[in-house]
Amino acid sequence: MRHGQYRFIVGFLVLPLALYAVFVISPFIQAFYYSLTNWTGVSPTFDFVGLQNFQTLLHDSLFLRALRNNAVLLVVMPLAVILLALFYAFLLNVGAAGAGAGVRGVRGSGFYKLAFFLPQVLSVPVIAVIWAVIFDPTPTGLVNTVTRGIGLGTLGWLADPNLALYCVLWVLVWGSVGFYLVLFNAAMSSIPRDIYEAAVIDGAGRVATFFRVTVPLLWDTIQTSWVYLAILALDVYALVAVMTAGPGGPANSTQVISLQIAQNGFQFGRAGYASAMGVVLFFFTLLIAAIMLRATRRERIEY
Amino acid sequence: MAVTTRTGDAGTPTPTPPRQAGDGRPAGSAGGAGVNVFSHVVLIGWSVMVLVPFVWALLASVKTSAEIFGSPWALPEVYQWSNFARAWDKGVGEYLLNSVIVVTGGVLLTMLLGSMAAYVLARYRFPGNRFIFYLFAAGMMFPVFLAIVPLFFVVQNLGMLSTYQGLILVYVAYSLPFTVFFMHAFFKTLPTSVAEAAFMDGCSHTGVFFRVMLPMAKPGLLSIGIFNVLGQFNQFVLPSFLSPERPVLTQGIATLLASQRYEGDWGALFAAMTIAMVPVVVVYLLFYRQVQAGLTSGTLK
Repeated sequence: MRHGQYRFIVGFLVLPLALYAVFVISPFIQAFYYSLTNWTGVSPTFDFVGLQNFQTLLHDSLFLRALRNNAVLLVVMPLAVILLALFYAFLLNVGAAGAGAGVRGVRGSGFYKLAFFLPQVLSVPVIAVIWAVIFDPTPTGLVNTVTRGIGLGTLGWLADPNLALYCVLWVLVWGSVGFYLVLFNAAMSSIPRDIYEAAVIDGAGRVATFFRVTVPLLWDTIQTSWVYLAILALDVYALVAVMTAGPGGPANSTQVISLQIAQNGFQFGRAGYASAMGVVLFFFTLLIAAIMLRATRRERIEY
Repeated sequence: MAVTTRTGDAGTPTPTPPRQAGDGRPAGSAGGAGVNVFSHVVLIGWSVMVLVPFVWALLASVKTSAEIFGSPWALPEVYQWSNFARAWDKGVGEYLLNSVIVVTGGVLLTMLLGSMAAYVLARYRFPGNRFIFYLFAAGMMFPVFLAIVPLFFVVQNLGMLSTYQGLILVYVAYSLPFTVFFMHAFFKTLPTSVAEAAFMDGCSHTGVFFRVMLPMAKPGLLSIGIFNVLGQFNQFVLPSFLSPERPVLTQGIATLLASQRYEGDWGALFAAMTIAMVPVVVVYLLFYRQVQAGLTSGTLK
């Protein structure tokens, strides 16, 4: 019996583990190895160059530009998405609370969740094409007809080096809010009603209830969301690759790390150097996850 | 996280009971009327911002290029259904077929291998169990771009660049972390009594898995299955590096956008986009509860 059990366990694990090892784990480990070489990706031979790739990175103005753009996305995007999603989840759940009741949803909240979530199921290239076209810089571009209508005039959007990164940022926020709204909404609905009722009896208003009761009870969810959004901001590729001119333009204003990795690794024949960029990206991800989890740590509230 | 690396689709499983706050409950009493109106104005505002670009793109698929850019808010004067024929001629049919083949193979294999691994990890104690589980779970956190250059050469050395089997195996490998993580949580919650009864009746371990546990796990399989269908159908990063010669639909869309910048056949591009959007939106509308629950929560009791 016992012997048969181990055979069964091994039999069930061997295929998934083998696939995972070949296509996920081994490339991750190889990336660290290649980052210390001058491999072109084409030649069968290459030399160990130690940390030279990383030293070159420090003076690579294009990479530093990409890093700065990722940093802008990293700071602004998670904050904007979480605040908007929390606000909408608040309106969906607590917003319609009558004076006597604790928590009630607004009418039609099912429809709102359905609509808000939609961008999440569309593929990124599809989203990128839609926005690339409606951000058309001519006066009859869809977004420009709106901005002219409210007196902002015709803008260049993705063609304007000062605006392009913010357009990317906007599309990321636009696409993500629905997911986090649904996530926060699910977390809010698991908060027992009597907590809200107690708060109302104690005379807490809607806003106080939200900040003093809801947000602290959602803190774990918010924290996890923050880390995921940060990873998303560091890992952004498809949107920039499809939507921006170049890609990465105009004038490198939307360069990001992933784009640099793709260009160096597959176009410029610098596989070792691209791997070094990947390693930097990895440590940034790790660092940011650690910082986020530590900095936002609070006492856990059980209910 | 791997095959599912798209705008914000990182699944964040949070244990929640399936109670839906807000669904179909009466709106607030008179005291909350002002807030109620404000809520609706704001929520409708964001819904419009989400839906207008989407509906506009659907409409653009039956417009001429001049109408798309010249009069963006107008309905087409003549519905240009021929846009779809031209999109098909530009290769969309072939891209769609490639996507369907790869996603069918990828999802079936992901579900089989993912639930096998998750089941063993959730229900059997053996040395290394925790380690293997965390090895899979870690795959959800790492940026896929760290691995993309070496991955290309792994697939090249196997002679699998631009092949169906290459894409399928890579999709499966990158879908495993979330699938294992999700199904692990699901198998943990299933009762042991039924499985024990089956063992009593002389059922083998494999028999118990396929005949007892998998049928019991149907709701979980449905959620994660739909999640994987959408994730793999929408996958762009992996195929654009690993399958340049045999593009899937998302790559085709990106290529078509690039070529329309000089060809100028925007109607055909949006027809291609509609072909890409309609299937996922239909799946979404049919299963949106499972999609939302599957994406946002780990437990569905």
